[in-house]
Amino acid sequence: MGKTLAEKIFDSHLRDEPFLGAKVLNLDRVLCHEITTPVAIADLVWREKDRVFDKNKLKVVIDHVTPSKDTKTATQAKILRDWARRHEIPDFFDIGRNGVCHALFPEKGYIRPGFTVIMGDSHTCTHGAFGAFAAGVGTTDLEVGILKGVCAFREPKTLRVNLNGTLAKGVYAKDVILHVIGQLGVNGATDRVVEFRGPVVDAMNMDARMTLCNMAVEAGGTSGVCMPDMTTVEYLWQFIKDEFADKEAALADYSQWVSDEDAIYTSVVDIDVSDLKPMVTYGYKPDCVKPVTELAGTPVDQVYIGSCTNGRLEDLRQAAAILKGKTIADSVRGIVSPATPKIFQDALAEGIIQIFMDSGFCVTNPTCGACLGMSNGVLAEGEVAASTTNRNFNGRMGKGGMVHLMSPESAAATAITGVITEASTL
Amino acid sequence: MQKKFGGSAIFLDRSDINTDEIIPAKYLTEVTKEALTPYILEDLKLEGFDPKGEKLKNATVVVSRENFGCGSSREHAPWVFEVNDVHTVIAESYARIFRQNMFNGGMLAIELPKGDIDQLIALQQQGDVEIGIDLESQSMTAKAGGEEKQFSFEISQFDKALIDAGGWVEFADARY
Ligand code: SF4
Repeated sequence: MGKTLAEKIFDSHLRDEPFLGAKVLNLDRVLCHEITTPVAIADLVWREKDRVFDKNKLKVVIDHVTPSKDTKTATQAKILRDWARRHEIPDFFDIGRNGVCHALFPEKGYIRPGFTVIMGDSHTCTHGAFGAFAAGVGTTDLEVGILKGVCAFREPKTLRVNLNGTLAKGVYAKDVILHVIGQLGVNGATDRVVEFRGPVVDAMNMDARMTLCNMAVEAGGTSGVCMPDMTTVEYLWQFIKDEFADKEAALADYSQWVSDEDAIYTSVVDIDVSDLKPMVTYGYKPDCVKPVTELAGTPVDQVYIGSCTNGRLEDLRQAAAILKGKTIADSVRGIVSPATPKIFQDALAEGIIQIFMDSGFCVTNPTCGACLGMSNGVLAEGEVAASTTNRNFNGRMGKGGMVHLMSPESAAATAITGVITEASTL
Repeated sequence: MQKKFGGSAIFLDRSDINTDEIIPAKYLTEVTKEALTPYILEDLKLEGFDPKGEKLKNATVVVSRENFGCGSSREHAPWVFEVNDVHTVIAESYARIFRQNMFNGGMLAIELPKGDIDQLIALQQQGDVEIGIDLESQSMTAKAGGEEKQFSFEISQFDKALIDAGGWVEFADARY
């Protein structure tokens, strides 16, 4: 009987099965940021167990609120910083070198096919784009991960989503994943690994695959996952070139992490995306999804382009192509946050930052920023945002605010007109 | 040490109650659990629900619908329950991370079929609902205004072991 990618990873990383169906896995990566980790550190210190299982497998960043905005966030950053220094964690990213965790860590080549990855962050599922099992966990799981390098999961069940057809011009990974979540519902993939397959995924670059996997959790999924292929190898090549004779050899090795043809899936969903239009959310749940045209004309106060979903170079390029030579509406506050310093620099070199600034956007440093309404870009009561982020919960970007999730291209078009707009209608 | 389960119930009769509603992100800058205490369910907008009301103050059990605790991985959500003495959540289903966080902290997340939740919610008509939990027999009672109903639930051996150990840190530390 064949196995899914998730089953293969579980088998190869199984440390213990204390009870039937409870799988304790060895971890290849434990990722940490300054919001959920300090509490784990404080607890470890309190228990007199201030140790780390393997400093080279920990990757640490301050990203959610950076620069710190007040004494409390400065304290959180300090706890993380002091801890990283105390344990001589080599890969610690502080201001000037920091960026949104789920954009920064893949960019550094830390995630490889077949890896097990946890982080105290629900969008850890992003890293499944590399053919890894990557799951968001709470602080207690994180704490045990830091101390022991293990984490417990239930038996992995996989939901396969076949994305068939070809994407029309102006339709992107974000539109696809919003549509998929609309189909599955916010708990349609609970306790499942969501495997994205089919020609549409095969044709996507890693940035787009990360956008897909990033939002698997919005349908309840434990991890999103894409099959490692030549695109994965090409992306990772600068980091792995000493490990393999050539790219073919790397591909051959990584193919052990591809699901078998006769693997058993809990369910299979076929979606033809050929007729898909740019999509947008309404309401306060990410499965409330409609074509952008149906919400066209809705006024917005703020447009936010950034986050672990859509703050990568590809995303900024798409938005800049729309913004070029135009200015955004007077009624709109435009904010863009390139997700990492490298993305920022590449965008500078390509002239993208210039386009954003000429159009009237405020360019912030790489950070989570407005995405979770904790630092910059908070909405006032009754305000509306068009955002390339992943969550539209009530109060997410500020109490009483409304967030419409959409692609970078739709967000850029909306910034220009000041009302929700499909780019093709400009 | 095992926590105290059961007690007086509050009903959040809606699906998809998310962690932002349980504890808004702006309070994630707190570094102690206790500091979260006043902010429980602050952003939840639900007919008949008052986050500052007496009902919530006295509650030690939360009853809700499907996909409870969806959204962010923040363990601040179970913590804000814990520091308010809510050690038991009863729902039709949970988001994975929230559910795991409950047991990881030695707390109880019971899953009941829709019909049972309907009965529990209907019981409110009789008055305040008091829940009794017997972990060993995996059964519970719900009493209100002289009426009493029995339910049974299932938790896995692993979840039970986490409760007995007092949480995942204790369990893992003794074993790995
Ligand atoms: S960008 Fe938003 S969703 Fe992504 S890690 Fe940061 S806060 Fe979370």
